Amino acid sequence: MSHSDLNSSVPPHADPAEQAEATGGRVVLDAQGIQRATTRIAHEILERNPSAEELCLVAIVRGGQPVTDLVAAQLAQLVGRPVPAGALDITLYRDDVVARGVRPMPRPTRMPFSVEGKRVVLLDDVMFTGRTVRAAMDAVLDFGRPAAIQVAVLVDRGHRELPIKVDFVGKNIPTSRAERVVLRARPDGELEVAVV
Amino acid sequence: MRHLLGIEEMSRAEIERVLETSEAMLEISQREIKRVPTLRGRTVINVFLEASTRTRVSFEIAAKRLSADAINVSRSGSSLSKAETLADMARNLAAMSADVLVVRDSTAGVPHMLAERVRVPVVNAGDGCHEHPTQALLDAFTLRQSLGSLENRVIAIVGDISHSRVARSDIHCFTKLGAEVRVAGPPTMMPAGIEALGVKPCFSLEQALAGADVIVMLRIQQERLDGALFPSIREYARTFGLTQRTLGLAKPDAIVLHPGPINRGVEIASDVADAEPSRILDQVTNGVAVRMAVLYLLTGGAN
Repeated sequence: MSHSDLNSSVPPHADPAEQAEATGGRVVLDAQGIQRATTRIAHEILERNPSAEELCLVAIVRGGQPVTDLVAAQLAQLVGRPVPAGALDITLYRDDVVARGVRPMPRPTRMPFSVEGKRVVLLDDVMFTGRTVRAAMDAVLDFGRPAAIQVAVLVDRGHRELPIKVDFVGKNIPTSRAERVVLRARPDGELEVAVV
Repeated sequence: MRHLLGIEEMSRAEIERVLETSEAMLEISQREIKRVPTLRGRTVINVFLEASTRTRVSFEIAAKRLSADAINVSRSGSSLSKAETLADMARNLAAMSADVLVVRDSTAGVPHMLAERVRVPVVNAGDGCHEHPTQALLDAFTLRQSLGSLENRVIAIVGDISHSRVARSDIHCFTKLGAEVRVAGPPTMMPAGIEALGVKPCFSLEQALAGADVIVMLRIQQERLDGALFPSIREYARTFGLTQRTLGLAKPDAIVLHPGPINRGVEIASDVADAEPSRILDQVTNGVAVRMAVLYLLTGGAN
């Protein structure tokens, strides 16, 4: 599995804030913890969705990609074959982009299957205000009418601004609003979640 | 980026930002529901004062796929026929809260003039013989799809270099992206001092195509040729037209671009235009994505 997608979010000329996000802070979930959490999420997904044929995973890029890779690997073992997985970039659906006009770089979306009638599990690294999931649901619905949409995250840090709930959560971590929670790859390639 | 007036004014980083943004936009056109909500409630006005199908429709589709409202103004039927000045017309369109003006005109510099007079982002959709920046951006995007990078690639631009805004924008764009650009055409169609733009002038098709990675064939623009710059269309086709034979001089996997509309059998033979090395229809597909990226970036305001 590759974490290059994550690493590329820290460009060589990162500003000091990004540097701190890359190394500093308090680690709240190490590689083992992440492995355990994603294994449990995979089991819970199967419990809630017994018919694996209807199941598909959709990563919210970019933080959701490594989480999706781990959950997909577990599910493939449990089901005995790969579960379809896509990747959704929600930049063009963000409410702050539509309203205020900031212009972050959108990345290509990959949805190599139809979501029509499927049970779609959206995966992200951190659940915060709920605005990202709101945007992701709008984006999924532009691809068809799924039977259900569920949400899995590695960390739920609270501070919801919209009435959105999480279906599968790796770990609840109380945070202050000013803190940042990041999923990152260490220099040795291991993943960890830190509060910065 | 406040306006998109020409490639000449753009930095390499700005060009690459548009090209990268276009990657995400291209995927939207491949969906069954080809629309994202990004520019909901925004208004894009296409002021096309010179004939155009491809570019006008492309900008209109681009705006609509981003959920903007697109309105088209053409010369006939506009208040310009009541002798209103262009600047006054633009001010009036801006006063109706337009968010972007896309401008095509047969006179060089019109989009720049309007950009100074209205407080709305202006996109140059082709101004006379000057620039056609979105064409160059979509050409570069199409080439990157096949080649990855333009760094050190040999690109031959062939045709009426003097009168071509596509040639001018392509030259600026390709050289900024690190390509080696050659230009070729009859001596009457080669501007003096073109070397100053960092390109190599060639006076025969053979010299221009030898070992080229990319061939950009320009349209012979009969509407811009007031004097006769070559003896006959047939002679032009024989000396500067791209055929299977002359294509053989370029690299075996060379790519052929043409900004359209093509004059079959004049600058390009039908069997070349319709065959494998031609990316002419990919250019059209990519044009929508590139224009979506431009509208997205320009409506950002502060950045």
